[in-house]
Amino acid sequence: MESKRTILVTGAAGALAKRVIDRLKKDYKIIAIDFRTKVDLGIPVESYKVDFNKRIFEDIFREHQFEGIIHLGRISAQELNRFTRYNANVIGTRKLFDLAKKYKVPKTLVLSTYFVYGASPYNPSLLDETTPLKASELTMDLVDSVELENLSTIYLYKHPELNITVLRPCNIAGPGVRNTFSQLLSSKRSPVLWGFSPLMQFIHIDDMCEAICVAFEKNIRGVYNVAPDDYIGFQDAIKAAGAKPIQIPSIPPMLTEAIAKLLNWKSFPPYLINYFKYPVIIDGSLFAKTFNFRPKKTLEDIFNYYRSLK
Amino acid sequence: MAAKKPNVVKKILEDPSIEEYINIFPNKVGSKGYDAWGFNIKNMKSNMRLAKWLFNDFYKVEVFGLEHIPKEGRCLVIPNHSGQLPFDGVLLAYALLTNPNGPRAPKAMAERFLPSVPFIGNWLNSMGAVIGDPVNCERMLENEEAIIAFPEGVRGSNKLYKNRYQLQRFGSGFMHLAMKHNAPIIPVGIVGMEETIRSYADIKPLAKFLGLPVAPLIIPFVFPSKVYIYIGKPIYFANDVHKEHDIKERVEQVKVEIDKLLKKGLVKREEAG
Repeated sequence: MESKRTILVTGAAGALAKRVIDRLKKDYKIIAIDFRTKVDLGIPVESYKVDFNKRIFEDIFREHQFEGIIHLGRISAQELNRFTRYNANVIGTRKLFDLAKKYKVPKTLVLSTYFVYGASPYNPSLLDETTPLKASELTMDLVDSVELENLSTIYLYKHPELNITVLRPCNIAGPGVRNTFSQLLSSKRSPVLWGFSPLMQFIHIDDMCEAICVAFEKNIRGVYNVAPDDYIGFQDAIKAAGAKPIQIPSIPPMLTEAIAKLLNWKSFPPYLINYFKYPVIIDGSLFAKTFNFRPKKTLEDIFNYYRSLK
Repeated sequence: MAAKKPNVVKKILEDPSIEEYINIFPNKVGSKGYDAWGFNIKNMKSNMRLAKWLFNDFYKVEVFGLEHIPKEGRCLVIPNHSGQLPFDGVLLAYALLTNPNGPRAPKAMAERFLPSVPFIGNWLNSMGAVIGDPVNCERMLENEEAIIAFPEGVRGSNKLYKNRYQLQRFGSGFMHLAMKHNAPIIPVGIVGMEETIRSYADIKPLAKFLGLPVAPLIIPFVFPSKVYIYIGKPIYFANDVHKEHDIKERVEQVKVEIDKLLKKGLVKREEAG
């Protein structure tokens, strides 16, 4: 019997990783790891809780000859403090790349986020992959996201043999997703900024899973935005998801920030205030063309799901 | 007096003639009615109703030269800018939307601060106002859209009342784009907006506190004023000069054409009394 090729998937506790593992486990032997917790993914998936920065992490590479790495694991700004997050997301990823190099892993896919572009009133629409990343200019809480990207890009060009693919998706939404904007869609009442309804893009978790699998398997190294060419204003999205918008005062900006800090809602973090005001519309055409990818789920499918939760 | 307000609102909301224009807009939009720049066809019905009321009843606009707007294909419509709020853009857009020679749903390049103004930013965005970034303009020209651009920017719209009808410095971005993308430039002179909202000073510390680009000291009243829009003939510039000095000369040519159209409008207004 032909033995399956082995791949490493990080961030196994996340909903997206679970879908990716489920989709790929037929064809690959999967080693799933997570910084936060050991996840029971059922047989035959081996699962570990591991800190990338500990020496024991290398044992996983010693024991398995990986065909590729799908690096989805990131500690979000809601989870741990800035220092721990930087260590896990940036220093940890460097360790991962170094091990991939040492053990000659031929391909690595890294999941990033459209947040790295930064929400600014000066953003043109349809930002392409060459647009400078300005998120760290807005808030220290997104420095680790931008640094993770910079690190990936350095390794992408300095070590072409790693065949690194970086994906920058728009808002991922759907069952199990717990990012900020997904939480807002699933809530009964969601904060919005008075007088602001920035244009947004959403991709269903099933489509994002497919995008990751296609990009991993075809492996054409580079940086790619992943987003559908369909758009909706944020306040319309909240209403379409069956939530009731709660209007938060938007001027002066210091009042908005004070309210966000006072409320301390996970779904309305002060460092994301600009994303509630200004659009960050990304151009997903390069990914769509390179990987012949088109999302199957529509915006209506996404909002139907959230309405069904209410 | 109390009955008058509901009548105005009723007139705006129950105008059936808007439908015929909505149904012929060729704009490509997604499943929720939006395009990538925030234009929303679903909002157009109510937005156009309000714009129609402003155009016909409030500002009583008269337009000359609509035949110079191409029925299709890329073009840059270049007017003077005035009136503190970008209602001049709304009126010009409405004139193009309802052009009997061939309606166009134009995009308007707006001041970069527009997205930071609550309500107005979103409202104008949904009607086709887009921040004046060359990347936006290039993409939309490639999409064969009609684009309104104000080369004076806030220098024009937020100038003081004492400087009315004095064209301010023009940026040269529109000329670069017109030459690069082989788009005709259509000069436009708008007379009447300067008198609607009058600014007597710019209170900079207040602007900084509110996080807004300007805080004009205005009389809090929109003065009714008859508006004249003069649309000039298209001007074509070949992509054959590259030095900024030569490009600025071409910008000056356009400015002179707009100034002529403004003077025409001022004479017309004087004649009308």
